[in-house]
Amino acid sequence: MARKSKKGEKQEMEMVRIYIMGKEYKVPAGLTIMKAMEYAGYRYIRGAGCRAGFCGACATVYRKEGDYKLHADLACQTTVEDGMWLVQLPFTPANKAIYDMDKIEADDKTLVNFYPEIARCVSCNTCTKACPQELDVMDYIQASLRGDIAKAAELSFDCIQCGLCAMRCPAEIAHYHVAQLARRLYGKYIAPKARHLEERVKEIEEGKFDEEMKKMMKMSVTQLRKLYNARDIEPEED
Amino acid sequence: MEMGYYPGCTLKTNAKVFEDSLLKAFEKIGIKLKELNKWYCCGTVYSLATDNLMYRLAAIRNLIRAKEDGHEKLVAPCSICYNTLKQANLMAKSDEEAMSKINAFMDEEPDYDGSVSVIHPLEVIEAKLQEIKAAVKKPLGKKYAAYYGCLLLRPKEIAIDEHENPSIMERLIEALGGSVVNFPLKNECCGSYNVASNKEAVIDANYRIITNARRNGADAIVTSCPLCHFNLKEMQKEVKKVHPEFAGLPVYYFSELMVEAFGIEMEG
Ligand code: SF4
Ligand code: SF4
Ligand code: FES
Repeated sequence: MARKSKKGEKQEMEMVRIYIMGKEYKVPAGLTIMKAMEYAGYRYIRGAGCRAGFCGACATVYRKEGDYKLHADLACQTTVEDGMWLVQLPFTPANKAIYDMDKIEADDKTLVNFYPEIARCVSCNTCTKACPQELDVMDYIQASLRGDIAKAAELSFDCIQCGLCAMRCPAEIAHYHVAQLARRLYGKYIAPKARHLEERVKEIEEGKFDEEMKKMMKMSVTQLRKLYNARDIEPEED
Repeated sequence: MEMGYYPGCTLKTNAKVFEDSLLKAFEKIGIKLKELNKWYCCGTVYSLATDNLMYRLAAIRNLIRAKEDGHEKLVAPCSICYNTLKQANLMAKSDEEAMSKINAFMDEEPDYDGSVSVIHPLEVIEAKLQEIKAAVKKPLGKKYAAYYGCLLLRPKEIAIDEHENPSIMERLIEALGGSVVNFPLKNECCGSYNVASNKEAVIDANYRIITNARRNGADAIVTSCPLCHFNLKEMQKEVKKVHPEFAGLPVYYFSELMVEAFGIEMEG
């Protein structure tokens, strides 16, 4: 394919061959999988969200020519390569345990009680290899199994719930649900409480900022922007 | 002296008292048990399905972690973990075909060659009886039945001691100032995982084992396995329902006796 450069002369654009759900397309090199699919004519109704690697909506698996590995990545973050066979997995069916955070306790059996299947983990490490966030997924499942909620929360902190680990696990574990419960338990029962937060919430409830809010509600966008740009930024604490 | 230490899930949960007492007791005799930087559930039973190597991955991966941390010896206190890791290591040394599959599957790990030796704390103790005697502050003074169960002794290739008639725990008890009773059922099965599906088998085993220890004059039972500990201790309530005349016995981990005799205060 060719397109005109500024000077008006024709310039060749480098193209690569990719296979989307088995069908061959030629797409410009350098595009992300997500953009390449759109270039090929697909329209996203599901399976795309932030387009910035944060929402986990665009899970994709692919193989490359001459490589037996099944790769897993985010479509919005991964560049197409020549000879890539790919399909999106925008959703992973997984059961989420129902719990009331105010009623459950954080002890060494909480995670395994809600998700007993974590005891089926055989330490194959497939989940870790699938994770586009490069988390130690197996290690957070293992930490969950031995009741180390804090460790599971810490290791899974950057999980974006893309579901790729759960799609690959031979023990049929829904890793990200386990991890989310771990982080919730950690936040509610284990992490040291941020006292300034409690104080601020109290101030808000007592109406300390009501006047200011009212004033801001009446401002124009330009005024708001000015105010925002002139805001005080607290120095980061060490 | 420092040795690699594989705790296993149970020593971090139900058998925390085993871990706490063991670490303190070993420190007293000059051994620092250094927990592996990373470790995984051992798999809880050594799978006998030779055509499904998936269940051996966890054990081998733990041995790779031990090697990576620079340990020649890996101490595994829980009898179940000990048995699983030790048998897997034996496979690593002897079954080339299985290992080539496992190594190929775990292509993100270095190949494992069976070079870490898996040992049980009682084997470490065997060489330290003099130090142990010297560290005793409050000699035990009671009579104990040393209970080994199955997993430290079977199959005999992985036994920590003479597999039909082990005596290392007895020698430890004596070094701590306690006396031992004759205990023919010391390597009878406690009922193991039957506790989950066939409680009667465990009740029956508990009744026979504890009654035998009592008849021989024991004041308490000593063990090294969290599952035996559960089946022998917690199940006594259930035994009483079936055999109203049953009088139980206290059950301790061997390491609890060590801290007691060493006069170490345990928190909690
Ligand atoms: S842990 Fe699983 S769900 Fe979370 S980001 Fe990694 S692969 Fe996705
Ligand atoms: S993929 Fe499943 S079985 Fe394998 S290590 Fe991860 S959680 Fe365990
Ligand atoms: S679209 Fe949100 S992570 Fe890719």
